[in-house]
Amino acid sequence: MGFLTYLINGMSLGSVYALIALGYTMVYGIAKMLNFAHGDVIMIGAYLVFMCMSNAGMPAIVSIGIAIVCCTAIGIIIEKIAYKPLRRATNLAVLITAIGVSYFLQNMALLIFGSNPVSFTSVVKWQGIELADGQLKITGNAIVTIVTCLVIMFALMWFVKNTKPGQAMRAVSEDKDAAVLMGINVNATISLTFAIGSGLAAIAGALLCSAYPSLNPYTGSMPGIKAFTAAVFGGIGSIPGALIGGLLLGVIEILAKAYISSQLADAIVFAVLIIVLLVKPTGILGKQIKEKV
Amino acid sequence: MKNLNKSTQKLISTIAVIFVLYLAMSIMQATGNLSSLMSGLLVPVCAYSLVAVALNLCVGYLGELSLGHAGFMCIGAFTSALFSKTFQGIIPDVPRFILALLLGTFFAALFGFLIAIPVLRLSGDYLAIVTLAFGEIIKNVINAIYVGVDSKGLHFTLKDMMSLGLEPGGTILINGPQGITGTPRQSNFTLAVLLLIIALIVTFNFVNSRTGRAVKAIRDNQIAAETVGLPITKYKLTAFTISAAIAGVGGVIYAHNINSLTATTNNFGYNMSIMILVYVVLGGIGNFSGSVVAAVVLTMLPELLRGLSNYRMLIYSIVLIGLMLFNWAPSILRFREEHGITSQAILGKLKKKKEVQ
Amino acid sequence: MALLEVTNLGISFGGLRAVDEFNLTIDEGELYGLIGPNGAGKTTVFNMLTGIYKPTDGKIFLGGTDITGKKTAEINKAGIARTFQNIRLFGDQSVLDNVKIGLHNSFEYGTATGIFRLPKYFTVEKQMDEKALSILSVFNLDKDADVLASNLPYGKQRQLEIARALATKPKLLLLDEPAAGMNPNETKDLMDTIALIRKEFGVTILLIEHDMKLVSGICEKLTVLNFGRVLSQGVTTEVLNDPEVIKAYLGE
Repeated sequence: MGFLTYLINGMSLGSVYALIALGYTMVYGIAKMLNFAHGDVIMIGAYLVFMCMSNAGMPAIVSIGIAIVCCTAIGIIIEKIAYKPLRRATNLAVLITAIGVSYFLQNMALLIFGSNPVSFTSVVKWQGIELADGQLKITGNAIVTIVTCLVIMFALMWFVKNTKPGQAMRAVSEDKDAAVLMGINVNATISLTFAIGSGLAAIAGALLCSAYPSLNPYTGSMPGIKAFTAAVFGGIGSIPGALIGGLLLGVIEILAKAYISSQLADAIVFAVLIIVLLVKPTGILGKQIKEKV
Repeated sequence: MKNLNKSTQKLISTIAVIFVLYLAMSIMQATGNLSSLMSGLLVPVCAYSLVAVALNLCVGYLGELSLGHAGFMCIGAFTSALFSKTFQGIIPDVPRFILALLLGTFFAALFGFLIAIPVLRLSGDYLAIVTLAFGEIIKNVINAIYVGVDSKGLHFTLKDMMSLGLEPGGTILINGPQGITGTPRQSNFTLAVLLLIIALIVTFNFVNSRTGRAVKAIRDNQIAAETVGLPITKYKLTAFTISAAIAGVGGVIYAHNINSLTATTNNFGYNMSIMILVYVVLGGIGNFSGSVVAAVVLTMLPELLRGLSNYRMLIYSIVLIGLMLFNWAPSILRFREEHGITSQAILGKLKKKKEVQ
Repeated sequence: MALLEVTNLGISFGGLRAVDEFNLTIDEGELYGLIGPNGAGKTTVFNMLTGIYKPTDGKIFLGGTDITGKKTAEINKAGIARTFQNIRLFGDQSVLDNVKIGLHNSFEYGTATGIFRLPKYFTVEKQMDEKALSILSVFNLDKDADVLASNLPYGKQRQLEIARALATKPKLLLLDEPAAGMNPNETKDLMDTIALIRKEFGVTILLIEHDMKLVSGICEKLTVLNFGRVLSQGVTTEVLNDPEVIKAYLGE
């Protein structure tokens, strides 16, 4: 039963990674940039939920709603101010700017919320269920996290496939210049992508901190790096890839912690990533691109 | 031939500038005009500069983005510190430090080589993420290592201090997350500057040699490089290994300047790798002297802003974003062009010199 | 004796048969043309000859040695050099350095010699400079030796690419559309250059070209490709009068 519990915990953590990975993967797919600041948007989202719930006493669902709106706005503003002017510059310049934005968000949070960690109250009140005469406990947190992640993932896949803005997103990710010629508003599409990614980051922040309640200004950075790894793992640019990558990463991390060594868990996660990339250089669901001679 | 002279000239002027800065800092330190904070930063700045030069070789000349150079720095730091601590009192100070330096450099190079074999099969962002992963693995594993020594010899475990089973008189050399304490503090500003200058000469010479030209050719156009008969893998490995070795030297300097050496995200994790990358990009990709200047300015900047206490890192981040936009955003570049605020105009004299040549 | 002997060469990309049953024999010293409509598979043949693509079937012999499936760098060492349809220079390096990179395998000194500037570094570098300049002077590029390759005008870039290929001392030089994008005057200069390098370097040439004036003017033999198959092969005048070839080019 121990194994099943770990597996479910792993899937729960993996779902959070998948939600964060979505933000990386969609932005990468469309703007071809590594948005290093994404992990910090998660942290901001978590703080917003914390403030609404603990300081203002609002119900969880309203708090998350406010956090989503604020993070979406933050995502759009960051894109407009820091990334949009660099759209035709080299990738490295955008990457460094993203790092600057990441520092900015962290230090902003440090100024406003201080460096002491705050104790996050779970957004899920439900205790969960017990199976097999209490041997297998599944927390409400885990269930809500996994279900939320799956619902969002499928909704997003439907959105990208069947709606007009979704099709515009796919077109822009294939070929920005051709998309312009087809009358697609590339700037609006990129803004929309950042908006969706940042909105999801707020949800991910709330769910992450519900499971791991200590919240400080650097909370977002390690899960951010891992989620980015998950996105690469699954094949960057692919929405189902983010789901598969996130879940695998979460499960591997929890199982490694449980059965091998909690110290080495991160090393094992990264080692698996390296092996996957060496076998399949563009990730599990990634497309192979060959240079034309 | 002219080409060669130009790069040599640049190397000489860079070394001269470093030497002048070194003299100025040393005099200020000797006369007590340097704050203790600043003076504490002198050796780390040289260590960061070394790693920045190393990373610039990788990014600017090999053309591959590495986010794991802090890992090589980490290897250089820990292998050399372990050696110095183990042989403290057994080998005299000077030869011990030289051996530690060689050992740290060698191991960083070895790991660079071993990691490069699989990594260089990938390209672009995938290569970047895998180097980041390797950097994190190195940091993580070092945090889990316990090494001790007693009359029965060396003990080693990945579990905890107790599992080492040391005799009562034994010494702990590496204590897991607590790292290594009591490394002899043998690096000083003079030594650090000397090694930095050597590293600059080595990299300048390398990129202007037959091998360096081949590495640049592979960066510019790999397929064309293959069709003129260049062994791609061999030269990529060479460049990456040299880069890792120089980062290792940075680690040795860093480790022998502090009492307790630990591997955290900030000193050897991706945060450090990213910080070094910022130096490289702001200093100019492919410009070694620029890397050193950026490392010096950006390490000193937060300290100079210390008066602003809590706001300093915020200002630092805004400056960073602003600089990136100022230097790279196409619309701002056009504006600068139209209003004569180009880097050429700012460095007007330099441009005139170029035109004469 | 045949310098290049290609038998039954073929390649498939997924289900698509890009080149099929391609046979070609080029004698030493010949100037051979490979022509055909767009998408006929000409560049694919070049890519197979230089090891950039691994052929699915068939064999390639250079001077009697089997070089099928070898690595690109090995094939260059064996004696095949090439240029590209979309010019591939080392753009961030000087004209001189581009040729010196071509000379890489003809002059040796180790990495350590370079880093520590041992005496051998200076002597070999000097020899390389002299050799590179002498090759550049054939193309009248020696005055531009210090210019960045990417700053050269288009026509000179094409010439530099040929110079770089020749620096590797090839037996067989493959030129992929050397006259693409050139005006009639430049094309005429190019024809002179090709004649000159045959004389100076004694190299055998296989070239892909669309410019019929150039092809009929300098090529001794031709192979016409259409839909990945050889349509006609032989002496230039005969091939160009082949009704099948005319049909393929002008339609029915």
